[in-house]
Formats: sequence, C-alpha cells, structure tokens
Amino acid sequence: MYQYNDFDTAFLTERNAQFRAQVERRINGSLTEDEFKPLRLMNGVYLQLHAYMLRVAIPYGTLNSAQMDMLAHLAAKYDKGYGHFTTRQNIQYNWPKLRDIPDMLDDLGTVGMHAIQTSGNTIRNVTADHFAGAAADEVADPRPYAELLRQWSTDHPEFQFLPRKFKIAVTGAEADRAVIRAHDIGLQLVEQVGEIGFRVIVGGGLGRTPMIGKVLRNFLPMADLLPYCEAIVSIYNRLGRRDNKYKARIKITVHENGIETIRDQVETRFAQIRPAFTGVDQTLLADIKAQFAAPDFAKKSEAPFTAAYDADPVFRSWADTNLTAHKAPGYAIVSISIKKQGDTPGDATAEQMRAMAELARTYGHDELRISHEQNVILPHVHRADLPALHATLKAHGLATSNIGLISDIIACPGMDYCALATARSIPVAQQIATRFDELKLEHDIGELKIKISGCINACGHHHVGHIGILGLDRAGVENYQITLGGDHTETAAVGERAGPGFAYDEIVPAIERLIAAYLHLRNSPDERFIDAYRRLGLAPFKAALYPAVNAGGKADAA
Amino acid sequence: MTRAFTPKVLTANHLLEGDVVYLSASGGWVRDLAQAEVLTNEVDAQIRLIEAEQQVDTVVGVYLADVTAEGQPKHFREDFRATGPSNYAHGKQASTQAELN
Repeated sequence: MYQYNDFDTAFLTERNAQFRAQVERRINGSLTEDEFKPLRLMNGVYLQLHAYMLRVAIPYGTLNSAQMDMLAHLAAKYDKGYGHFTTRQNIQYNWPKLRDIPDMLDDLGTVGMHAIQTSGNTIRNVTADHFAGAAADEVADPRPYAELLRQWSTDHPEFQFLPRKFKIAVTGAEADRAVIRAHDIGLQLVEQVGEIGFRVIVGGGLGRTPMIGKVLRNFLPMADLLPYCEAIVSIYNRLGRRDNKYKARIKITVHENGIETIRDQVETRFAQIRPAFTGVDQTLLADIKAQFAAPDFAKKSEAPFTAAYDADPVFRSWADTNLTAHKAPGYAIVSISIKKQGDTPGDATAEQMRAMAELARTYGHDELRISHEQNVILPHVHRADLPALHATLKAHGLATSNIGLISDIIACPGMDYCALATARSIPVAQQIATRFDELKLEHDIGELKIKISGCINACGHHHVGHIGILGLDRAGVENYQITLGGDHTETAAVGERAGPGFAYDEIVPAIERLIAAYLHLRNSPDERFIDAYRRLGLAPFKAALYPAVNAGGKADAA
Repeated sequence: MTRAFTPKVLTANHLLEGDVVYLSASGGWVRDLAQAEVLTNEVDAQIRLIEAEQQVDTVVGVYLADVTAEGQPKHFREDFRATGPSNYAHGKQASTQAELN
C-alpha cells in the first residue's frame, strides 16, 4: 500500500502545526467561533451533541496494522476506549477534547494518516470497493487510482470552496460494492479491447433528493482520469448552485441542466485543460501502482480449513457467511463483523482494533479494510489459517456470523451523537438485531440489507437499503419511515416509501411483520427479500406493515 | 397577539470539553440540567442570551431551550443532551451514576 514520501510527510507536519496554532488562538480568544469553525472543519473537527468529534480519513478504506494500532491508541488515550467506523470508510471519535485534537493529528501523522478534507465543501475521502486487490471478479485494483485522486484532490487550490461537498468512489469490479451510483462521481474500471479505462458516472447521491448517477462516459482512457475529473469538478464549481444548500450538490446540477449539457461542457473544459497534464501524473501513478503490488501469496495445504469446517458447526456457519472468494488459489477474503447483535453498528473497542491489527500481521499480509457497510475486512487470508484466526476473533467478540444478514445493519450515529439528527438510529438497529437473533431466523431470512438514517441527509444510506428506515422528528416525537426495494449495487435503485411512519416503539414490530410476510411470500428459500419485492411489488408488504388498513384503504372489519 | 413566553434554560457546549452546559442562577456554567436557572421572563431570558453570547472563550453555540416549569426538557433532543447517548453511559449519565455509587 501507499507509503508517504518526504513531500507528503512535510506537508502533513506543516498542516498539523498550522491547525495546532489555530486551536491555540481559538482557546486564547484571538479567534471567534465563526472564524474558527471553517478551520476546524477543514481538519475533520465537528462539534456534536455531547462533545467534539474527530473524523479521520481512511483513504479508500485501506489500513495496515500499524495504522489500525494507531486508531486503537487514539481510542484508548484520547477517547472513551472505542471508535466508530462510518459508511464513508472513515473512523470517528466521539469524545475528544479540543486541546487534545492537535496531539491526535500528530499521532496520526506518524503512521501516514490525517483528517484533512473529511468535512467542508471540498473533495472528501475517496472511497473504494473494500475487496479491492483481492476480489476474484475485478478487472484491476482500483486503489492506485483512488490514491492518485486523493493526492490530486488534497488541498487542490481550485476546489477548496465548492458549492457543496463532493464524493468520489472507485471500483474495479462489475459487482458494485462501493455504491458508485450514489456518489458525485462514480468510477468503474472496465476493459475495452485489451485496454483498461473507466466508466464515469456522475450526479448520484442520497440525502434529501436521492438520485441514481448517470453515465457521463462509457470509456475514459486511464491517462485521462485526472484531467477529466478536474473538468467535471470545474464545471460543477461553475454551474453548481450556491443560493440553496439543498440544491447545491452535483446531482441537482446534473438534474437541472441535463446530462447532455453537462457532458458537452465537461468535454469542452476537458479539451482545454488536457494539454496541461503532460504526463507527470502518469509517472506518479506508476510509482503508486508499484506500491500496491499484490502480496506474495503462500501456497500451502487447505487441510486445516477442511478439518475445522467438517468438525465445528460454529466455524462452518462463520465460514459460510463471512468469507468471500479471493483471486488467489487457497485464499479467502474475511469480513469481520463489528455488528454483534445488540452492539452499536460500526463500533470497535481499542482492544478489538489491536486484535484485528495483530491478526492482519499474523495471517493477513498486514492489510485491513473498512467497508462502507461498517465492517472490517482482512482481504488476504490463506484458508489454512482460518481456524486459528476464527478462534482469536471469538475471543474478542468479533466472530459474529452475520455478514449480509438482517443484523448486519448500517446505522448512522443518529441523535445519540449527531447534531444534525432528527431521531435515533443506533437503538433501532440494536433492537432489530437482537430481536431476530432471539427468533433465530436470520440465516433462514438470508441476504437482507437494512440501512438506517437518523435524518434526511442519509448517512445511513436508507434509500438504497432493501429495507430503509429514516428517523424523523414529527411534532417533537421520533417517527420512522420505511422505504422498500432500495439497492446499492450495480442494479442500483432508490427505495419506495411504504406509507406513514412508525413511532419508536412500533418500528421493530413493524419490521417483524414485514419479514414474516416475506418468509410467507417468497417462492423458495433462495429468493432474497429484494427479489421477492421486485416480483411482487409494494402491495403485499404494505399490507403486512399496515394490518389495520386493507388494500382499499378502509379500516379492516376484523 | 404574540405567543406567551414559555420557560427556558440557557444552554451551550463548553469550548474546551465540548460537553453540554447550562447557565445557573449565579451566572456560572453548570453541567447538570437540574442546576440550571429556569427563565420565565422573556426580557430576562434575552438579556441572559446576549450576555452569554459574549462569552466566546468559554462556550460555543449558546441558545435558549424549552423546558417545563419544573425545568425538564420539552424536546427529546434536549433530553439526550441532558443525559447522554442511549448506547453507552458515556455522557452525563456516567457522572450521575458515579455520584450515585
């Protein structure tokens, strides 16, 4: 993976020193909060409901063990012993003190990490497929391109004050695990007559006005990546609305101007700026690519795996649920669930982070990933090592077999932490997970994506959940709207609102009715919830959610 | 006709710690809602707000929050601010528990 060079290190040291001085000036009264706020946001520092929050970037979700150890160190030393992994593959600390934050940033700098551009109207942390470099189905590893984009976008002088924030996601596979169709720019590596390039998607996004991204270019040559992205952001910078925060994202710019107009303008701008990219970026890319070379995969017998698989039903269940096919023979991609039923989705303790770092060192070629679904991935583990790895995970409360199941819920921090939230998300997720664990139904239910947001901004991706839950404030009371049929993958779709919202104590029973209806309606155990929904439409699920009202809208006589 | 003034407390976040604080009757900032001054007079409340807004080296984001006559939060957001998150006892409920123990 990418190692900082002298330039990166010097840049970060200087930037951290600047921020330390800004914090000092805020504390001694030289800066007002209005002056300080944009400065702290540029460095990932929010003021939330109960405390400051520091959002640390995990570029394209990739970490080595030393970096994971550092995240654990921050959690233990400056926070309350844990961190929260987010849907943008970042980590958030919920309880730092203002005076400590410059020290936290200096500590992060020692392992090549930072919090720059994790907030503000800039190009945010570039996200990627969490299985990148390991997946059996990818055209190429997308991370070198994500790293090139990170370097290009960091402190880019033209793009520090965009109309609104700007998010780029990259994947190397047709199966979309990076939600590229719900990003401002989504990039998919594709192969065309032996050449690798990008399918460029633009104008996707969730939030108040959810939009599925549109294809801007079906094939962009690899060497054109930076100038083309620069052209897109440049056109957005010019056309994007600054008069209304709710219409400021590029999805609205594309929607209002039309994809054809945007394409024409981007292509014109691209033609103008392309000559300025003389190839330095390609030299840089070649250096970056060399640092993302695949690890030296071991060749050994898989007998320990087979023996454990045959002998231990707990291991078998975990292996069946949490492993994904790897491109190298004998290897597997391990998804470590940090969604143990009843726990907070995405939270890991310092001790758990250290355990995962140690596992990466021992069995995982020193690599870890954070998924947008708020789990931790060990992308390269030989199957022979899985029984030992599983035993260690069990000892740390990390062996939950629920990847892709009903308790593997995405949930934003919601009103338990977030100053923007209109309702809580975390306890709803905890209760759903606990309930279906009690019913021992989740493996029978099969693949199901529940995504919960505590406000319209949709950090919890509720629009693209098979079941989406949106928490709102209705006349001073928490109220939860359900959407159905959303999909975050290559067949992306925005879910359909099922009907009136549910009170806090009604939402879990409503989900239970919905699932009972699905189990009754599916034509075989292989038909996933989303497939049954697509086959049958909203009506039968709506009937289950609102049993007192029949299809005609009249009160049920029973 | 203007709406009748309803009881308020003056609240903010502490500049250094970031945690929720309330203005007490003695004019100091306290961390426990029970010790906050319940303001029942509109003019009084506005003066307190303006004065508090000047304390930029102590607090951030000062505002008046609705409470009942007994000083209990009216909105669930203020309930969470007064107690802490519901998933861990890491907020004010931690110190309340410590006092009880």
